[in-house]
Amino acid sequence: MRNLIWLLILLLIFARQDFWYWEDETLVFGFFPIGFFYQALISVAAGVLWYLATIYCWPRDLIEQVKEEVAGEGQ
Amino acid sequence: MDPGAIASAAQMRMYIIIGYLGLLVLLGLFASRMGRGTKTDYLLASHSIGPFLLLMSLFGTTMTAFAMVGSSAEAYSNGILPYGLMASSSGIVHSLCFFLVGIKLWSFGKRYGYSTQIEFFRDRLDSQLIGYVLFPILVVLLIPYLLLGVYASGMAIQAMTAGAFPDFAMFADAKPSMNGGVPRWLGSLVVCGVVLFYVFFGGMRGTAWANAFQTMVFMVLGALAVYLLAMKLGGHDTLLENLRELSSKVDADHTTRRQHSQLEFFTYLLIPLSVGMFPHIFQHWLTAKNAESFKLAVVCHPLFIMIVWVPCVFIGIWATTLNLPPGVAADPNTILPFLVKKELAPMIAGLLAAGILAAIMSSLDSQFLCVGTMFSTDIAEPLIGKQLDGRQQVWVARSFIVAIVIVTYLISLLKVQSVFKMGVWSFAGFASLFPVVFASLYWKRLTAAGALAGILTAIGSWLYLFQRGGWGADENFALEFFWQNEVVRANPVVLPFIGGIVAMVLTSLITKPPKNDVIAKFFPVNKS
Repeated sequence: MRNLIWLLILLLIFARQDFWYWEDETLVFGFFPIGFFYQALISVAAGVLWYLATIYCWPRDLIEQVKEEVAGEGQ
Repeated sequence: MDPGAIASAAQMRMYIIIGYLGLLVLLGLFASRMGRGTKTDYLLASHSIGPFLLLMSLFGTTMTAFAMVGSSAEAYSNGILPYGLMASSSGIVHSLCFFLVGIKLWSFGKRYGYSTQIEFFRDRLDSQLIGYVLFPILVVLLIPYLLLGVYASGMAIQAMTAGAFPDFAMFADAKPSMNGGVPRWLGSLVVCGVVLFYVFFGGMRGTAWANAFQTMVFMVLGALAVYLLAMKLGGHDTLLENLRELSSKVDADHTTRRQHSQLEFFTYLLIPLSVGMFPHIFQHWLTAKNAESFKLAVVCHPLFIMIVWVPCVFIGIWATTLNLPPGVAADPNTILPFLVKKELAPMIAGLLAAGILAAIMSSLDSQFLCVGTMFSTDIAEPLIGKQLDGRQQVWVARSFIVAIVIVTYLISLLKVQSVFKMGVWSFAGFASLFPVVFASLYWKRLTAAGALAGILTAIGSWLYLFQRGGWGADENFALEFFWQNEVVRANPVVLPFIGGIVAMVLTSLITKPPKNDVIAKFFPVNKS
């Protein structure tokens, strides 16, 4: 899962390049330029992916190590 | 509108701005009463910042004049381009930096008691010299960033109060759209004074509280601005009808990116890496109570960016369809304040002006505090050669903060280039140093000589390009080269970024590897 999340983040970076809507004049809902709308969706997708990253890619080992060391120093 | 009504509306906006600045002064006073007077408390709020305050201070610090004033101005000139260039890319890359760099640096700060980025580099690279080289570079890179905040705040206040005192000689201005407003020098001076006050007395706690408060102010008021402007400019009854009416008039150059280079768009992805090297962001990371505090910032940062940028870009592209006065059209940085003032009731416009100032000041405060911290910790103490006690360090930091505020303010009195471009140059400089911080965390073989070579190559080439770009005056400056008989443009950051990596890697590989105890300290073997 961890690797899948990082792969999806790489895909998101690629998707942000968005050359397919580069010259598209469509207005989504009649007011939102499609290239702009798409980039706003990239922001939403980033929020979702980072949420998944905090679940599946969180550096628990590092954090536990710090907790142990800081607790050890306090004794 | 008759001159008397114009003056009273402008005066009301001015009183609201004064009231808002007064609130910040009170916040600073309150924070100072909560302070413990120690160095860790003044500089790092005693590592007590939880998830919500960390999110708000990181977000408020990264969003500046650049986000509100600069984005609407850039959208006026280049259409929807700036959102993809800076906002969506920042949503991905900033959180990446928080995740891969921020948490690791926080863990080292927690273990070894660092207050500044330079302390970490000195320890990791086992070199005092790196601190003396890095300090002036970081300050020089921060100055354009500080300048854009100081300049934009004065400009916003002048634009919002124009017409308040048309007969007052000191408030006279050659541009009719600015005449009678609080002059830029005075507005910038007052903003510097207020920020200085709450940073001076409140330290990091005051800064974090002020950031959280100001971030909420500019997020709510930014969304309100686009709603009210759409309702006013569209001329229909419902929001959807107004949005459709306004967007339908915008030409295709502003609703697409057909005028712009795809390679340049791609290379802008490097710019948000600057967050990994911003010394003020490093200091905010260290304030976190625990690693869990980072989670909310990592997840919400891209969404918050969207909430602030989408309205500003809409305002910028709609403005292309309006008949703006020549003075405003010639200086797109004034578009947002101009529209808010012209189209909305004085009370709402005053609150929105406070929102613009909030975005600007929530970055200035952290930057001022950070340079003071670096000076006292990384320069004064090593040079004096003895350990200063906590109170002495706080006073050295405060003194340097006052000095840097004065210097920045004086430079801001000169002509400052486009807010957006100044910001991009500053970010490009920091981004070109990102490989050094990344390598210091993930590459054991990085040596002090390698890091120095990387830093000097990156900054040397950045300075060269900045000079070639007329110190920000040439707004269209980019790296240009021929490919398949076409001119291809790329962001200038590419050259210092790649040059820095090459110099860093090659020099590290030909110099003596770091000592074993340094490796053991920064790359501990996982016991589990």
